[in-house]
Amino acid sequence: MKRRVFAYPYIVWMILFIAVPMLFIFYYAVNVGGTFTLTKLWSTLSDPAKWKVLWISVVMAFKTTVICLLLGYPIAYILSNMKRTVAGFISVLFFVPMWMNFVLRTYAWQAILEYFLPGLLGMEGTLTGTEGAVLMVLVYNFLPFMIMPLYNTLAKIDKSLIEASRDLGANGVKTFFRVILPLSVPGIVSGITMVFIPAITAFTVPALIGNGKYNLYGNEIELAFKTLSGQGDYAVGSTLSIILLLCVFVSTLIMNHFDKDQKQGGQMW
Amino acid sequence: MKKFLAIVLCTVMVFVLAACKGKDDEADYSFADGDQYDYIGGELNILNWGEYIDEELIKIFEEETGVSVKYVKMTSNEEMLIKLRSADCVYDLCFPSDYIIEQLIAADMLLPLDKEKIPNAKNIADRMIQFTEVFDPGNKYSLPYMWGTVGILYNTKMVTEPVDSWNILWNEEYAGKIWQYDSVRDAIAVSLLRLGYDINTRNADEVDKAKDELIKQIPLLKGLGTDNIRSSMINNKAALAVIYSGDAFACMDENEDLAYVVPKEGSNVWFDNVVIPKTAKNVEAAHAFINFINDANLATRNCEFIYYSTPNQGALDRLDPFFIESETFNPSDEILSRCSVFHDLGSFVEVFNNAWSEFKSAMGN
Repeated sequence: MKRRVFAYPYIVWMILFIAVPMLFIFYYAVNVGGTFTLTKLWSTLSDPAKWKVLWISVVMAFKTTVICLLLGYPIAYILSNMKRTVAGFISVLFFVPMWMNFVLRTYAWQAILEYFLPGLLGMEGTLTGTEGAVLMVLVYNFLPFMIMPLYNTLAKIDKSLIEASRDLGANGVKTFFRVILPLSVPGIVSGITMVFIPAITAFTVPALIGNGKYNLYGNEIELAFKTLSGQGDYAVGSTLSIILLLCVFVSTLIMNHFDKDQKQGGQMW
Repeated sequence: MKKFLAIVLCTVMVFVLAACKGKDDEADYSFADGDQYDYIGGELNILNWGEYIDEELIKIFEEETGVSVKYVKMTSNEEMLIKLRSADCVYDLCFPSDYIIEQLIAADMLLPLDKEKIPNAKNIADRMIQFTEVFDPGNKYSLPYMWGTVGILYNTKMVTEPVDSWNILWNEEYAGKIWQYDSVRDAIAVSLLRLGYDINTRNADEVDKAKDELIKQIPLLKGLGTDNIRSSMINNKAALAVIYSGDAFACMDENEDLAYVVPKEGSNVWFDNVVIPKTAKNVEAAHAFINFINDANLATRNCEFIYYSTPNQGALDRLDPFFIESETFNPSDEILSRCSVFHDLGSFVEVFNNAWSEFKSAMGN
């Protein structure tokens, strides 16, 4: 009973900075210039162009997540098989860039892709402003978020299980697919969650690396607020935010579902 | 040993810091008309664009008047509007553009300027007044701070044909090397002008056509940019860009292959004026600051720092021929006769905003 007191500051914090702002988003979505109206909400919802941008963002986030997983899994696996001290040192190297601000790192990539790499390769043009460049920088920025949970899960797998699998005649490949991979699903799930959700809401990267040519959903929300807010109209931006919130909510639900399945499965074995 | 090293390092740092301080104190200045400022004190909150003042001037103002200045930067007129509309707006001075001033005046958000407290207002050039008259008759609420045109900055090594029309921005020969400006009014204005329409049109069909043309331009674009256009053009990374004359002038100073033109179809001439919001707390200091930046000597110095065109005749008389002889910095009357000022569109702005949002959604497909 006493301990609950310590949770109060956090609850107050959640209410003030998470729950209340969300209520504001809903409030502004149906409120234009002080009067209740659903017209803006409806016109935004029925605009196919906006849905198209959402689709582009989902595809982009999906690509980012898949590439992060394909790159991150082998790295995490190799790290988990190294001596703890060496692995610790190498993983620090992965995380050092994260001590720097995300926007700064993106600016650095802008300079690399715009000036440094083309200069090095003797190219005349630049590498910014392409879908590939946006995707690459997204992968770069989110890769550590994939490696971190994967490494944690993989490092905790009981080595005797692997030995047992080999003892019972399974070769390396079979051991990996029948023992290690299923046991690492919780890591994969949280890795996917930690990459997919920030990737779908990304807006700095497309703005800086895509030269404003790759408009993702985050940019669409920014645009709605920036161009319309001078007129005191937050309805369109708020509606778009709600849609994005729902997307994030649904993907979290799906991920949680997978996570739970795995835990039950793990207990059965 | 470690202690010794620490002492040595500390000493070095003290010297370095002292050296920096010494440099700051060198600021020497004099007022063109021998102005004297009384002690005012208090705080002055200024809201201005980034890199849009020689910050030394702020220090001088603080020394002269005892006012402590808080200088906040903004990136767009819209951002400024949000800040000014907020209930606890703290700003005493800000520098919005023409059509926003028109909107602010209509919304009764500005304080009329007390011209008696701004004797240096006499320095504003007459040919500027005819333009500012359009959105603030008699300069009742605002005084021009900086101004310029919108035009095309191009690289003469990459574009050998003569550039005199907005049409060149739709020329497939330069695909992937064209920068469009990332701003509703500016980008749509370029498209409207190219089609022969007025930049302040209230005809939804015309805006629609302008939007369609912008969408057609997307495959040719390097991107939509604002400040990043400068470094891209200076480093020969693009051939053509829609740009403000002040930025163009600064770029041309760094890369001699660049040239700037105001197309024959006409363009926009814009003004960033200084205004005092009704919510201002230190009105006295705000007036003193307006008078201060309009001093001919200081306006000259400010202009040499930010490279944007000054409306101050006193500064124009003092500036180096390098500035005055440039058609970019100091366009002729013939060029200006082709240009018009943006007007506040009232509720019609929604048509522009929708067109812009449609254009943006068409990106990346």
